[in-house]
Amino acid sequence: MNKKLDLDPVTVRKARSLARKAGKPIVNLARQHTTVSVERAVLRLAGLTGADTEGIPWVNRLADTVRADVGLEHGLALPVWDALLRGEAEDLAVLAQKAASGSVTFRMPEGRDGVRARSAARKAATAGMKRIDGRRRERDRLIKRHGDPEQRPWIYLIVATGDIYEDIPQAQAAAREGADIIAVIRSTGQSLLDYVPEGPTREGFAGTYATQENFRLMRAALDESSKELGRYVRLTNYASGLCMPEIATLAGLERLDMMLNDSMYGILFRDINPIRTFVDQRFSRQIHARAGIIINTGEDNYLTTADAVEAAHTVTVSQLLNEYFAKEAGLEDWQLGLGHAFEINPDIPDSFRLELAHAMLARQLFPNAPLKWMPPTRHMTGDVFRGYLLDGFFNLAGAMTGQGILLVGMMTEAVVTPWISDRDLALQNVRYVLGAAGNLHEDFRPEPNGFIASRARQVLGESVELLDRIVDDGLLNAIGDGTFGLMKRPQDAGRGLDGVARKSPAYYNPAIELLEEGQ
Amino acid sequence: MSIIRPYGDTTGDGMVQLSFTLPVPHDKRAEGAAVQLANKMGMDPALVVHSKPIGPDFTFFVVYGPVNHLVDTSKVEVIERDYPLLSPKEVNLAIRKGLRRRLTVVGACIGTDAHTVGIDAILNIKGFAGEKGLEYYREVKVVNLGAQVAVPELVRRAKADKADAILVSQVVTQREAHVLNTKEMSAAFREAYAEDARPVLVAGGPRFTEQMAGELGVDRVFGRGTTPGEVASYLVDALVTRRHAYRKTA
Repeated sequence: MNKKLDLDPVTVRKARSLARKAGKPIVNLARQHTTVSVERAVLRLAGLTGADTEGIPWVNRLADTVRADVGLEHGLALPVWDALLRGEAEDLAVLAQKAASGSVTFRMPEGRDGVRARSAARKAATAGMKRIDGRRRERDRLIKRHGDPEQRPWIYLIVATGDIYEDIPQAQAAAREGADIIAVIRSTGQSLLDYVPEGPTREGFAGTYATQENFRLMRAALDESSKELGRYVRLTNYASGLCMPEIATLAGLERLDMMLNDSMYGILFRDINPIRTFVDQRFSRQIHARAGIIINTGEDNYLTTADAVEAAHTVTVSQLLNEYFAKEAGLEDWQLGLGHAFEINPDIPDSFRLELAHAMLARQLFPNAPLKWMPPTRHMTGDVFRGYLLDGFFNLAGAMTGQGILLVGMMTEAVVTPWISDRDLALQNVRYVLGAAGNLHEDFRPEPNGFIASRARQVLGESVELLDRIVDDGLLNAIGDGTFGLMKRPQDAGRGLDGVARKSPAYYNPAIELLEEGQ
Repeated sequence: MSIIRPYGDTTGDGMVQLSFTLPVPHDKRAEGAAVQLANKMGMDPALVVHSKPIGPDFTFFVVYGPVNHLVDTSKVEVIERDYPLLSPKEVNLAIRKGLRRRLTVVGACIGTDAHTVGIDAILNIKGFAGEKGLEYYREVKVVNLGAQVAVPELVRRAKADKADAILVSQVVTQREAHVLNTKEMSAAFREAYAEDARPVLVAGGPRFTEQMAGELGVDRVFGRGTTPGEVASYLVDALVTRRHAYRKTA
């Protein structure tokens, strides 16, 4: 598969080193700050679950009270476990209830009290981390027992009914029809909730809420399917939006297998504050690394707003940045489902050759990453017949360029949320193409100085130029100027900024300590 | 000729194709059920050309056949374009002469919808279907608020920017959210402004039909496939030509 394009190794090295230079200041910034969601993730790791009668999770109630008493900048762990050691409550659940009713006051423990609180917090977080480790071992065992899919790419299908109890039979049916990975699309708008809803949910808009209980129900259903089908069926959800760290933690605790996790998506497409996003992203990726979860990045989204030919290099730049941030957080190559998409206007000449060039470039730049190949959406017009053909070409490009994860395109894209028949037809399309041409990549070598190879070199060259500019300007400024997806997002604006605090010298977070020791 | 039937390969053959899924296992009875449904829809004889199980409990069908319904094109109701289509140059000129200032458009995706593809196609300079978006028009000032904008925020920005027109887009929707969101928006503007000072309200998205303007409380609805030029031309007609004419006669 490798070395089909004659890319200049010096240019490739330069691209990576520029990405590192652009990313390093962001990592430093992330290390200097914490967010409400990072702190709530510690409470979740320590086992605090449930919500009050208004549906606000106890982790939020407790975090808000502690923050009001002592601020966010020291982290929540010391004041919370100090209160438990002082005998304010027998456990976190009772402490949260008392905090919500205003009958506990929190303080920053000093001296010996501080040392004791630290060790108690660490012990509680360790218990949670052990559960995540156990889940990872359990996945390894189940994969060994049931096996991985026979073919690459793995077939990724979406369910999105809004009702977890409708999602389950649909997901099981999809698995039976050949899906290797089930993604449960989240309800529109969950990204902007600064809490994770609780319990099983039956009401969502264009998707189903990500909750711990929904994760658990779906994973259990797919465990049944894995057993029935003799292959391990993976489950995907979304660690994006304002609660990335908590959702990542819940995913680790409930053995999800893949998570959407992009370094810049929330900033660009949800107008979430850049600093909030980078802090949350780093913590959530550290958790994913620990939990053995494969991340999927969101570069496909740029091409839904910007032109797929003109902006091809922004995808490469974002992949390089996502790779840097992921590795810095401890993720390994096999965990990097870097995203890209088949979004070139089919009416332009040589559109398929351009798609092949871009897809091969990604394949060769990241030879050991699975790569997530996303189907056309922008040029799906409602003409379902033409759309079916376009999806066939998308599948063919995926097979010819050795993509790792193939998100199955629906001919009814932009018309309805997929019907059972849409999914069935889409899977027939995939099966036909993989059956007929799945091994075509063995024979397919683009002409060294032909159209495809030249185009790939051109995109790589443009990527290096853009990275150069980003390094000069600073990544946060580049985001502010609208470099990615044409969206301008200044660092002092956006949602969730009030949930960010600069860490004090007394800051303590046992989860981060454990995660960084493990790296 | 106002009475027509669908056309397969011969005038008047009435042929249509249809596909659907029934929640029954794939067997002879299922095929009979598909024929029964097609008959009830006016297809007779109905030819089940393809049937395939989808798992143990569902069957997918493709059915061909003639329909016995007739269509009277003289009774079709459509909203014909009631404004002249202008080029960007003509739009700029009309605004400059008629308004003597730039025309301000505030656009947003409201509610929980995060899909800005519609509003961006109309507003971004990039445009849609080969036409440049409203940002390209020198005499149009575009304020694109992006995704998931709350209605009160939209009203506030409209006032702050002295908006002449509000464009809202709704792409992804479930359980009629696009209708509810748009009604909420139009009600808020009608409450916040006197009727004669209110900006022109325009809603767009693939799930809307042009006939829905009254129900939604907006001045105009644009459906699937609308181009920026159509929107610009409409705005000139509504804000320059008509208001001008109204003032002259008043």
